[in-house]
This record gives sequence, C-alpha cells and structure tokens, in this order.
Amino acid sequence: MSTATTAATFAEGLSAGIGAIEGESETILALRLEGSRAVTATGVPTPKQEAWRFTNLKALAATPHEPAGPGTADITPWRISDSHRLVFVNGRYAAELSAVGGLPDGVTITPLAAALGAGSERASFALGKGINLADHPFAALNTANFVDGAFVHLGRGAIVEKPIHLLFVAVGGERPTWSAPRTVISADPTSEASIVEHYVGTGGRTLTVPVTEFHLAPGAVVRHVRLQEESREAQHIAFQSSRQGRDSRLFSIALNVGAALARTDIDAELGAPGAHASLDGLYLVEDDQHTDSHLQVRHAAPHCTSHELYKGILDGSSRAVFNGRIIVDPGAQQTDAIQSNRNLLLSAGALVNSNPQLEILADDVRCTHGSTVGRLDEEAVFYLRSRGIGRATAESLLTYAFAAEIVQQIPVTEIRERMERHLVERLPQGELAREAF
Amino acid sequence: MLKLKNLHVSVDNTEILKGIDLTVKPGEVHAIMGPNGSGKSTLASVLAGREEYEITDGEILYSGSDLTELDAETRAREGIFLAFQYPVEIPGVSNTYFLRSALNAIRNHRGLPPLDAMDFLELVKEKAKLVKLDEGLLKRPVNEGFSGGEKKRNEIFHMAVLEPRLAILDETDSGLDIDALRIVAEGVNALRSADRSFVLITHYQRLLNYIVPDYVHVLKDGKIVLSGGRELALQLEEKGYDWLEKEPAAAAV
Ligand SMILES: Nc1ncnc2c1ncn2[C@@H]1O[C@H](COP(=O)(O)OP(=O)(O)OP(=O)(O)O)[C@@H](O)[C@H]1O
Ligand SMILES: [Mg+2]
Repeated sequence: MSTATTAATFAEGLSAGIGAIEGESETILALRLEGSRAVTATGVPTPKQEAWRFTNLKALAATPHEPAGPGTADITPWRISDSHRLVFVNGRYAAELSAVGGLPDGVTITPLAAALGAGSERASFALGKGINLADHPFAALNTANFVDGAFVHLGRGAIVEKPIHLLFVAVGGERPTWSAPRTVISADPTSEASIVEHYVGTGGRTLTVPVTEFHLAPGAVVRHVRLQEESREAQHIAFQSSRQGRDSRLFSIALNVGAALARTDIDAELGAPGAHASLDGLYLVEDDQHTDSHLQVRHAAPHCTSHELYKGILDGSSRAVFNGRIIVDPGAQQTDAIQSNRNLLLSAGALVNSNPQLEILADDVRCTHGSTVGRLDEEAVFYLRSRGIGRATAESLLTYAFAAEIVQQIPVTEIRERMERHLVERLPQGELAREAF
Repeated sequence: MLKLKNLHVSVDNTEILKGIDLTVKPGEVHAIMGPNGSGKSTLASVLAGREEYEITDGEILYSGSDLTELDAETRAREGIFLAFQYPVEIPGVSNTYFLRSALNAIRNHRGLPPLDAMDFLELVKEKAKLVKLDEGLLKRPVNEGFSGGEKKRNEIFHMAVLEPRLAILDETDSGLDIDALRIVAEGVNALRSADRSFVLITHYQRLLNYIVPDYVHVLKDGKIVLSGGRELALQLEEKGYDWLEKEPAAAAV
C-alpha cells in the first residue's frame, strides 16, 4: 500500500498513489489507476454534494491517517463456533486466526490477494464489475489501495451449509490509521451460501473503507449479514455492490451498532427477470454516534422484486441518515418494490434525516415507499403499565419489539444473539425484554 | 373498596368531570351509562392512572387510601384493572409473554414468587377456555390483527388471569355479537365474588341482562345525574337520554 507522509492530511493523502498485489493482472492494475484518478478528482466529499449533505467528513479530511500496518488480535469474543472463517487484521489476512476446511466441491474461500496473486481469472474478471467509481469516491479509494480481503467463489450448484464468517478487525494505534479491505463474492448458477461480513475493532482512531461485491449468477441464493460493531472511536465508510442474474436471490441485512461515524452505500442492481433482493437494516446508535445508510436499488429488468426495510433506534444526541432510492428502468415492467424506513427516537436530542425516493420509468409496476420517525407509542406504554408492568420494562419491551422484526430474521444464530445482546445492553430493562422473544 | 368524592377532572384546561360522588363496596357491580362524550372513559382512565388527566378537586379513595398517589403500574399491582374501550395493539410482544410479565409483576408486588412457565401455561389455558379465546391468539402479538370481538374477549381473558379486586370494563360489550357478549358476561360472572367489585361502562341494557348490576348510574356532562337499580337501565334504553331532560321529576327514583 502507498504510504502517505505523516504530515499530509487524509485529503492530501488520497492521491498519494496506488497499492498493488504481487502477481495481479493488468486489468486490476488498470482498475486501480482508474480508482486513483477518480478519487483524486473528487477528493473527500463535502456536504455540498447531495449524497453527503448530512454526513460531514471535514474532520476526517483534515486528520492525517497512516495506512494501517500488520497487527494481531484476540478474536475470541467475535468467533462463530461452526463456520468457515477468514480473518483480516487491518485489512491483511491473518492465517493463524483463520479456519476454513471441509468445503464442498467447487467452493473456494480464500484471501483475495492469494487469488489475484495466483492469477485467478475469475477473481480478476469479477472485481469492480458494475461499480461506478466516479460516483463513489470511497469505492474508488478502496480500488486504488486494497491489499487484501476475501474471495468467495461458489461453483455451479454448490451449497455451503456452514456460514462463511469474514471477520475484519481494526487494530488502532496511537495515531489514526486506515485500511481498505476488498471482498468479492462470486456465486455460480444455483449455488447457495450464508455469508457473515463482520467488522470489529480493538479501539483507537481507525478508519475502515471496505468494498464488498456480490455477483450472483442465475438461480444463486446468498444470505448475507453485515454486522458493523467497531469501537466507538472508529470511522467506517463502506460500499456494497450487488449484480444479480435471472431468478437469483439476495437476502442482505445490514446491522450498524459501532463506530463514531458509519456510512454505508449499497448499490443493488436486479439485472435479469425473476431476481429478488431483500436489503434490510437495523441501526442502533446513542451518544453522538452518526450513522448513514444510502441505498440505491435499480430494477433493470422486468419481473424483479426488491424489499427494503430499515429500522433505527436512536438515543442520546445521535444522528441517523437514510437515503433510499428505487430506480425502475424503462421496460422493467411488473416490478415489485417496497421500501420503508422506520425510526424510533428514545431521546429528545436524537435526529433523523430520512429521504426515500422513487424514479419510475416503467408504467406497469408496484412500488411503495415511506418513512416514519417517532417516539414510543405512549398509548402502548400506558396499556402495558395498566396491567402492572413498570414503565422501564414497558419501554424496553416495546423498543425490543421494534427491533425484533429485523433481528429475528438474522439467519446466523450467533450473530442474532450478538445483536440481542447489543439491544439488551442499551435498554434499562433489556434482560427482561429479551425473555419475551 | 372505591370512594369518589366531588371528583373534578380536567384535560388541557377543559373540565370533563364536574364533581362525581360514587361509592363501590366490595362485591358490588355498578353500571355507568350515559351519552357519548359524557366522560365515562375519562372516569375509567383517571381510575387507571392515566397521567394527562388532572384532578382539580375532590378525591379518590381506594381501600381507604388516596389512589392518586400511585402510578398506573402500582394501581394495577394493587388490584385495579381497566378493560380498554379500544385495546391497544402491541406489535412484536406476544400475548402470553405480556401476560406473564404482568402477572409476575403483580405477584412480586404482593410478595409472591414468580409463577414458573409450566404453572403459568396451565393457568393461561384454563382461563382461555373460560372466555373461549382461540389458543392461537395466545402466541400472537398482543391484539395485533385481532378482530374487534377478539380484542374485547382478550381483555376479559387478561382480567381472568390477573384476578383484580376492582375491574373497570369500558364498553367491553360494544361491537360484540350476542354469542360473544354471552361469553364475556359469563367470564365476568365467573369472577364475581364477595371481595371483587366491577364498574361496567356500557351503552346497552342487554349486557345487564347477563351481568346483573347492583346499581346503575347515569353520567351526563361530567356529572352523575341519576342513580338507581337495574330497572333504570331498562327505562333509559326505552326512552333515551333525552328523557332525563324532559322529565327530570319523573326520572328521579
Ligand atoms: N385527552 C383529551 N383531550 C381533549 N379532550 C378530551 C380528551 N379525552 C377526552 N376528551 C373529551 O372529554 C369528553 C369526554 O370524553 P370520554 O371519552 O370520557 O367520553 P365517553 O363518555 O367515554 O364517550 P363514549 O360513549 O363516546 O365512549 C369528550 O368531549 C372528549 O372529547
Ligand atoms: Mg368512552
């Protein structure tokens, strides 16, 4: 990875150069140059740009960040017992912490650097496909600089029973550091897997700029959970892209709990008839945490369905931004798209900017969208209290129930339990509320 | 059991209850009737401890002590139960779990150990049978997607499980067909005892065919304008509330 001099601010360091993996193809190199040019041209986005209106990166831009060096960590708290696990510390593969074995035929789960270094055409071919680097400066930054990440290839008809756990640990030091892991998931026809993309940290001012891409061939089914529970000093600016073939199905849940600032851009395209994408999310923020979810779902073919439900629980003086856009291309008839963003404010100081949008260029479609921002229903609280349940328990129960709609869908038990624990910790009578579910 | 003395209640500076006197003794059933907007639900809400109502004058004594000192949950634990005119939907919280938390909170208040899951389940099944509540509704979120009749029956079911000392039923009979009404009434009658009292708010005399009240009161414009025995309900149904204005003398018992 390029080394920005310590004196340079993050903004100045953006154009410092590109990274490279020994043995990577010319295609990748060309892509890196394109990424570097794009990020140099845009720089760190400012609130003057519509997509960054409510998320201010001024402090980040002014703070020098060094590329994170190698590190190690005790991953015990984050382990999922029965899984295929790849661990990355500061964006670099940690072989001694990883464990992948007993894979079905036709399945590859490997560090991306190893795949690209060995000349994997599949990885090289998929990487970056469909990502508009000019519009997404952090995806461009990642493309120019990534040194590793995960590469998952599911061969035709392959079914992976155990969850694939991709664990990214940010280990901070005295000075701010950044890393840019890259993950490519390539699912051949009718393959199936569950993937947990998991971001954690040990503390310190770390910035993680991950890019994750899904390439689903016809009939592939991928269940995906993205849990961001980094430390409270961390910043996390992520980009997720998915491209789907005929009748493929992607079920993706984004859970944002950690970091001081978390921004996730999700760019999903339904490119062939019969494809389905569920993109759900839950953000849980308190104190002065800031979370921003930007989703764009493009229906580029007829007979596709998309379903987005984003829920947020805000406490303290936290802030959440939701921006969801559904685009229905001309000719994408029989589109069925639902988008909803619902926010629960637990304090007077919390703030939400929610902006759902539709751009429909076909006439025979069913699209709905909506957003709500509100407090706990006082009628419901009173109803519970009038039956003898104390106020704190009543409020915890209702808050827990609000989140449960998303939490209960999490397909991997241990991740679901982690989310339940986060909820319990944030609620005054959380343990009692948890028993209800 | 319950004694209201010259109770005045306002909401947003508008006086709604304008001096109510009412005494309910243990084991008695009182029916409160009256036109829409007369303040019946307000009275029920004040007794249950709803905070947006301000008591501007008078007092409420429950078992001899000042009820207004207690918050809603403590009142419930002390044995007051309100069956809501419009039961609230609680998405995501199962009916059974909700009831178990409520019952255990009440038991805890009375120094009893929590009921374990098995005993609770047995109790719930027995009470569900009493009010012929479909067992499917036990697992569903509280009132969510319940029909109007199911919601009302669920209120009576909650009452049967929680075994209050003073139950206030706010139009639990409204919107029920005759079969459902009979079931609700049977549920109430099964709970009638020498130390349990009921306040039934209703618009219809037909409920009182099944639950025979000791007293009937007519609430009008925030005041009890008339009290009498069960025959008063019949007269009201026949002649309407206007009759009270036209022939106050004749109406007086
Ligand atoms: N929270 C409130 N804010 C303002 N006005 C209120 C409030 N609650 C009740 N009222 C008013 O107080 C009056 C009495 O209402 P209440 O609901 O007690 O009547 P009710 O006798 O139960 O009527 P119904 O037979 O229709 O149920 C009405 O005029 C109502 O609009
Ligand atoms: Mg009423």
